[in-house]
Amino acid sequence: MFQPLEPGSGPRVRVFLDDTPVDLPEGANLAAALLTAGFSPFRTTPVSGAPRLPFCMMGVCFDCLIEIDGIPNRQACLEQVRAGMRLRRQSGAANLEAAE
Amino acid sequence: MIDLAIIGAGPAGLAAAIEARALGLRVTLYDEQPGPGGQIYRDITRPRSDRSAAILGPDYLAGRPLAKAFLASGAGYQPRATVWRIAEDGLSFTAPEGGGDQAAARVLVATGAMERPFAVPGWTLPGVMTAGAAQIMLKTTGTAADGAVFVGTGPLLYLVACQYLDAGMTIAAILDTTTKGALLGAASHLPGALRRPGMLMKGLRMLRRLRRSGVPFHRGVTDVAFEGDQALSAVRWTSGGTAHRLECAHAFLHHGVIPNANMTMAARASHHWDKAQAAWVVDRDAEGRSSLPWLFVAGDGGGIAGAKAAALSGRIAARAIARDLDRGAPDSARLLRDYAAEVAIRPFLDRLYRPAPAFLAPQDDRTVICRCEEVTRGDLARAMQEGCPGPNQFKAFCRAGMGPCQGRMCGPTVVSIMSEISGRSPEDIGYYRIRMPVKPVTLAEVAGLPTERVDGRN
Amino acid sequence: MTAADYIIVGGGIVGASIAYGLARAGESVTLLDQGDVAFRAARGNLGNVWVQGKGVTVPDYADLTRQAALDWPQLAAMLQDETGIDLHFRRPGAAFVCFTEEELQRRGKALAASNADTRIKNTFEVLDRDALAERLPMLGPDVAGGTFSPDDGAANPLFLLRALIAGFIARGGRYLPRHTVTDLARDGQGFVAQTGQGAFRCGRIVLASGLGNAELAPKLGLSAPVRPVRGQILITEKLQPFLPVNVSFIRQTVEGGCIIGESSEEVGTDDGTTLPILRETARRAITVFPMLARARVVRAWGALRIMTPTGVPVYQSRDGAFVVCVHSGVTLAPWHAMGLIPHLVAGRFDPQTFRSFQPEDADVPAA
Repeated sequence: MFQPLEPGSGPRVRVFLDDTPVDLPEGANLAAALLTAGFSPFRTTPVSGAPRLPFCMMGVCFDCLIEIDGIPNRQACLEQVRAGMRLRRQSGAANLEAAE
Repeated sequence: MIDLAIIGAGPAGLAAAIEARALGLRVTLYDEQPGPGGQIYRDITRPRSDRSAAILGPDYLAGRPLAKAFLASGAGYQPRATVWRIAEDGLSFTAPEGGGDQAAARVLVATGAMERPFAVPGWTLPGVMTAGAAQIMLKTTGTAADGAVFVGTGPLLYLVACQYLDAGMTIAAILDTTTKGALLGAASHLPGALRRPGMLMKGLRMLRRLRRSGVPFHRGVTDVAFEGDQALSAVRWTSGGTAHRLECAHAFLHHGVIPNANMTMAARASHHWDKAQAAWVVDRDAEGRSSLPWLFVAGDGGGIAGAKAAALSGRIAARAIARDLDRGAPDSARLLRDYAAEVAIRPFLDRLYRPAPAFLAPQDDRTVICRCEEVTRGDLARAMQEGCPGPNQFKAFCRAGMGPCQGRMCGPTVVSIMSEISGRSPEDIGYYRIRMPVKPVTLAEVAGLPTERVDGRN
Repeated sequence: MTAADYIIVGGGIVGASIAYGLARAGESVTLLDQGDVAFRAARGNLGNVWVQGKGVTVPDYADLTRQAALDWPQLAAMLQDETGIDLHFRRPGAAFVCFTEEELQRRGKALAASNADTRIKNTFEVLDRDALAERLPMLGPDVAGGTFSPDDGAANPLFLLRALIAGFIARGGRYLPRHTVTDLARDGQGFVAQTGQGAFRCGRIVLASGLGNAELAPKLGLSAPVRPVRGQILITEKLQPFLPVNVSFIRQTVEGGCIIGESSEEVGTDDGTTLPILRETARRAITVFPMLARARVVRAWGALRIMTPTGVPVYQSRDGAFVVCVHSGVTLAPWHAMGLIPHLVAGRFDPQTFRSFQPEDADVPAA
């Protein structure tokens, strides 16, 4: 588990993680915040259904893909925590029909 | 129309933007992250505690004045932007506030480095990440994981381990894969390295610190494999002629860094195989000119040289661009001398920390080499038996490199394995033909249609 | 110098189909191919096994296409059996989307006319937007309708190529990639092909090197008036299955990605991509399926198709040398691997049988 080295002092905001409300540090890197919150896995692969978590944290491995506000396959390591975000585990291939 | 579009807000891109502004150029810098710094100075502008600053150290904090100078330079700045196309006419990008096209006379690619893929059995398991990723966790959210295993070789691996110790974290083990041959081979490059004795001493201090810390330090590690069902549960390896197994929930891998060359490849600039760095590198002259008249490259994206050299190469490129555009610029002789001194240690480091052949080209057929399409070493070996002549035919036949990472995580390994099996050189084997978009963007973004606002920020 | 009964020049889908077919027939065959980077039309291909609208004014070509489409299940089963490679061949039918009422009417008439003089009839329906939407639930509102044919299908062209080469090797064929043919000549009763890796001798030679045919064919008294036509293709990330039947220019692969492409440009051998074409292709795809607006494009590329002046294939022979110029290598693969083989073994493409497939400037003697 990733744990904070110091008690967090900044504001936290409410997001929804697979419909469950969770409070995360506002403006934090989303992938880092989710890892620290114990969200696992971020996704399952479309090929074998294997679980994945962020690997590179810098935008090149595409293993941190999650669904954000109805848009599938977003790179969580390139996003920041914002109040009201609706986050979903990415299960296999993108589902665009659900977002219609 | 601007004079210069810069891609990447690491030391090379920031220094180039500052220099180009000082020379009167109209400049816009595009970067994926919300703040300047790139990966080496990731999140550098965020206020942080004395403790956090102490853990990350002075080399990291050196990025602060650079980022500050950039933000004050008057350069245009588009953070959170993904540049997906570059061409003679400029670039196309996406951003939360809406993307678009930007006409530019010159494009400077400063997209930096990425960690070399470390394909071993089980490296896709949750809990396995790169050492650079562990460091980004420290830089961005100040978080760390207890009981991790550090695996690999290279300065960044030792640096992150030292930072973990400074942070009071326990480390389960350090599995050092540096080879004896590399130590011997590197010795001949010692005279060059001694032109930068400070860097050499820094490295030795880190290693001494780790060895004296009480953390189990295994040398000459081979045959690394990770185990676990839904997540990492143990690591296996061989060292000292013995097989080992250690239970762990976190493993941080590192086998050095290589240029992140997808952008220059997609632009169809010419590249060469750099034997010393064991990587494909864009061709550039001393001032950063690529084979394409409109395209310049600075920083580690054009060959690994480190943060200080990257900043120098950014300034040098900015001056060359100003001269190209008939805007005039001071002579770069002094900067070029400083650059040469800065990179004098590279042959030593490149040799010392070049991963063992068995890591560059994994031997175990079950090893996943393409993380996106889950293509294994065995798939590649079979395709080669069927006469597959190179990486592009392999991509076509087995889908390796067709996923969202666009070959970044498998290309180097595919080339190494093909070279190992066929006996042909990497330059003869070639590389994937990288295409636009340089990163996946939506069809609406390609179409130039307004994308509906969905992130709740309207 | 090495001898073989047959040399096939070109290891794309057309050359590999013929090589595989000849090897199946027990012939000794060497397949000379380019290296890893070739103008490989297989890579620029949607993989459609496409019948509707093909050979509208040339009944022989329409029949050739239709027979090949009918034979596709047999080829797919045979190759899977021999190589274990699933070609992802499916035939749920496919639709051709029209954006205006006028285009729809014109298309319906053309398809009706295409059945007039053919041996095999193409089944199709002309559907207005709502009727088409019953087959394509995610269809957008700004579509006039389309034609639907149950005769159309698709396969993975890359897996087809892989299986053909694997099957060829398994049948004893000699596959030599990185052997680009630089020169050809008649040599007594046979031929000699020069490559960077040495010379190869054979009794018969088949030119199936796509655009390369244009330069090679005249060396053997044959004619290959082919020119490159660039198509720009986009492919999306993997999506949950949403396309029960494919659309002419949008195919959802079995893996889930959508291949999108319909452009054609005459730009020589430049196989790059351009923003205006990618943009227009993306816009049309979004018009047909609005949900695709949110699908991520992972690659875009330009591929060169092989076009003859009339768009009809060329099959020509002269004294043991054969040339095949085709832009529909996927659809016609069963024909090349099976139906065409006896003609090659017989030693000539009989000008009468192949009368609709001679180059316009052919000077081949009638006998």
